[in-house]
Amino acid sequence: MKIAVCVKQVPDTWAEKALKAADSTLDRDAADGVMNELDEYAVEEALKLTEAHGGEVVVVTMGPERAGETVRKALSMGADSGVHLVDETLHGSDALATSYALAEVLKDRGFDLVMFGSESTDARMSVVPAMVAERLGIAQLTFAQKVEVSGPTVTIQRATETGYDTVEAQTPAVVSVVEKINEPRYPSFKGIMAAKKKPVETLSVSDAGLDAARLGLSAAWSQVEDFAARPPKAAGTIVVDEGDGGAKLAGFLAEQKFI
Amino acid sequence: MGRLAQTEGLTDDQRDILAAVREFVDNEIIPVATDLEHKDEYPQAIVDGLKEMGVFGLMIPEEYGGLGESLLTYALVVEEIARGWMSVSGVINTHFIVAYMLMQHGTEEQKQNYLPRMATGEVRGAFSMSEPGCGSDVAAITSKAVRDGDDYVLNGQKMWLTNGGSSTLVAVLVLTPGEVAEGSSVYKTMTTFLIEKPEGFGEVRPGLTIPGKIDKMGYKGVDTTELVMDGLRLSAADVLGGEPGKGFYQMMDGVEVGRVNVAARACGLAQRAFELGVEYAQQRVTFGKPIAEHQAVSFRLADMATKVEAAHQMMIMAARKKDSGERNDLEAGMAKYLASEYCRDVVEDSFRIHGGYGYSKEYEIERLYREAPMLLIGEGTADIQRMIIARRLLEDYKSRG
Repeated sequence: MKIAVCVKQVPDTWAEKALKAADSTLDRDAADGVMNELDEYAVEEALKLTEAHGGEVVVVTMGPERAGETVRKALSMGADSGVHLVDETLHGSDALATSYALAEVLKDRGFDLVMFGSESTDARMSVVPAMVAERLGIAQLTFAQKVEVSGPTVTIQRATETGYDTVEAQTPAVVSVVEKINEPRYPSFKGIMAAKKKPVETLSVSDAGLDAARLGLSAAWSQVEDFAARPPKAAGTIVVDEGDGGAKLAGFLAEQKFI
Repeated sequence: MGRLAQTEGLTDDQRDILAAVREFVDNEIIPVATDLEHKDEYPQAIVDGLKEMGVFGLMIPEEYGGLGESLLTYALVVEEIARGWMSVSGVINTHFIVAYMLMQHGTEEQKQNYLPRMATGEVRGAFSMSEPGCGSDVAAITSKAVRDGDDYVLNGQKMWLTNGGSSTLVAVLVLTPGEVAEGSSVYKTMTTFLIEKPEGFGEVRPGLTIPGKIDKMGYKGVDTTELVMDGLRLSAADVLGGEPGKGFYQMMDGVEVGRVNVAARACGLAQRAFELGVEYAQQRVTFGKPIAEHQAVSFRLADMATKVEAAHQMMIMAARKKDSGERNDLEAGMAKYLASEYCRDVVEDSFRIHGGYGYSKEYEIERLYREAPMLLIGEGTADIQRMIIARRLLEDYKSRG
């Protein structure tokens, strides 16, 4: 079984995030980069599946030079090899461009499963897994809280607000996971050292045969015209109940368009 | 995240190892440490996690199944762990000292026998010099081994064994007066024996009793015990290095790296105390502003950060000196002395910043306040360090007058 896990480097969850004044994109140098937390769950699940069924795990990332750290983290957890798509042209790519680039890198490599964390902590759109599945023309099994593989059939529990749906597809398929699915392992020291010796294929946009016109900020389907820092917290309104507290509260909520 | 106590010139391996440990500490140790400490409970889940990670084999050479990393890497790992909970670093410290003594002084057979199992954490080490009547004054020990055919018979009582109950291999220093020429220096009549034993308390093997845990002010969770030998029979193959009479020097070598280790712990503890203090100082408001904006508090923070930084750099220097193969007793003594004194100061300052809440068991600083004093005493008291430092100074700066 051959599994690709797509991982993304994001700013440390607790770091103050900032946009760059020049092009309104995320300032990735302003904070430490870490592997997107949900992607760790995807790596863990892929490792568990190959431990149970045999096979290999290939970790795939798209991002600046520094995103190589995230590939190495996945390799130190136990993934077998990595693919890193790195190119200036990719800077500012939106979800459509990202899914195009990833799908092009993933296709023709014979993956049975392509796994993702269900969203990234920086962009939080949750659309890339579905887009990649669509571009590859394969089934998408998203928001998995449990994954089982039996021969060519992959079955997941798809987390919903009220419980879960059982969804099944034939491989190859895309699976995105939620944090309920497992407890990601810590890399062992031996894993950390072994990671250095594992192959990582570095691809530029032209190596991957991508059309540069479909990538980057200029190709994005949305534009950030302006941004401002979040205003500091203002003091709240205190409603004193003089028999009409309920009405005052309702009035406040109506005014704020909550009701 | 803060930028204090950085280390220049680390390899990628070292940085990745430390990042993995820090993540483990933040997620698996800090959230549970205070509760386990209050219950005086052995941190089994944490120890298992560290075992899987490979911490127990960090410095053991690759040929024996370890990673062969340097003392510096080890010290930085200890610093990270102690930032989470000092007791956890205590679990690995004695293990590491015994492994180091085996690496440096063990016979090939002893290395083959123990090191691979120590690298996985299956065998866990403890060591013992102190007795009820002596600690720093090692030459005053009275425990004794007497030859009986091919065997030795050991009698005596030991004190302050960290991991005395949970370890399975104890290096014990005893007198072997019958093995050396009459009139030899007392330092040449001491021998280190390796005792393998099962975990637990009571009479764990014939002639060997671990009476129970000593109840302590802090440094809880890790078991500190006595050890009683009453006709304990060991073979000549259990003498560390195979030759009697070298025990004192072997132990001193182990303790020297142990000192860097204790300095590293003090650094980790001080860092945590600083983190807690600087956070609280920005949350707590008095007289209309966060207390961090009062000069009295901000000056405390400045002092604390300066001490955290100085102790860290001193500890790094001592570790690097030992790694370079040079004698480091002066630097190790200075690092241990400075880091533990500074740690006490930083913890005290953080405690004061916390005000009344710092006295409550709900706040982590209360635990640190009880833990810091141990570092002033363990692995050679501050005064012993000053003796070592002064002795070396008088050698190096011997008057020509």
